[in-house]
Amino acid sequence: MTIEWSALTIELNPFVVAVIAAMGVATYVTKAGGLWLLGRVDLSPRVASGLEILPGAIIVSILAPELIGAPLATWLAAGVVLVVAWRTESITLSLAVGVVAILALRTVL
Amino acid sequence: MGQSTGHQDDDPTSESTTFSFAGARKGFVACVPVAFGVAGYGVLFGVLAEQAGLSVAESALMSATVVAGAAQVIAIGVWDQPIPVALVVGTAFVVNLRYLLMGASLRPWFEELSPLQAYSSVFVMADENWALTMQEFRSGNPTGAFLLGSGIAIWAFWVLATVLGAVAGGVIDDPATYGLDFMLTAVFITIAVGLWEGRSDLLPWLVAGGVAAGSAQLLGGQWYILFGGLAGAGVEMIRYDD
Repeated sequence: MTIEWSALTIELNPFVVAVIAAMGVATYVTKAGGLWLLGRVDLSPRVASGLEILPGAIIVSILAPELIGAPLATWLAAGVVLVVAWRTESITLSLAVGVVAILALRTVL
Repeated sequence: MGQSTGHQDDDPTSESTTFSFAGARKGFVACVPVAFGVAGYGVLFGVLAEQAGLSVAESALMSATVVAGAAQVIAIGVWDQPIPVALVVGTAFVVNLRYLLMGASLRPWFEELSPLQAYSSVFVMADENWALTMQEFRSGNPTGAFLLGSGIAIWAFWVLATVLGAVAGGVIDDPATYGLDFMLTAVFITIAVGLWEGRSDLLPWLVAGGVAAGSAQLLGGQWYILFGGLAGAGVEMIRYDD
């Protein structure tokens, strides 16, 4: 493997820093908002169940269009990751097996 | 306590909430094993952030100031040149809306703390240390500084692990050679498996995936991610009461 030590950058691009700061503020608003807002406004269980489903729904929204256009090797490797994650609940194992699977499948297919 | 946090059946306030160094230390110690697990994700986030073009310093800064794993990985997933700012920030906000519920559930105990204590503690609130803290509170120990202490453990491991990952990612010059270009997809699949709570998630997830795939075809850009997510939440709210 070629090692590119020059890639170890510690530079801070001001624009990137600004985007990160905006992400930080947006996130903090949600964390503090629960403490601040909910003494004043009631959140119905209906809305609560909607908020709880959001992270999963967004992850699926990222995956679906990506997989639809993907080659067979990606589909099969994704299936392997799914099964291993399901059965073992280990991130490390799922990813390790997934990487081996995608490399093997790309060679074969 | 009139607010409907879903937790008002406990009797949390028989003892008043404390906020002490000992409480923070208790939270820190209790959270170290969990923080190790979080560090695994941190390394991964660092590698992915580096691949997406962030410098080591920028990746570390994001982990130190945002402190929200799923939102950060998703931001990296849509990161591009030029950076789609509104999408990155908007997605982070929407993914994190569930923190509203977590913050609200702390209220019975946190309203006895000073605003400085309460609002600085929630900065380091993540899913893992929130769960530990609620366990602590509900077992009758109103250790107010527990969230802060456990959050500091998560924060420290998360930031250090990000640096490690970003440095490791930086020395690999061609990600595809090692199958690392598939890594982000694999990470999202494992996160989804972890979030799966049973068959009742199927309908909103299918709607989310369908709307995302459809709007990805019709529209350019990556806004389909938000459309899909919001459609999934919409369906969940509509069918609530089933």
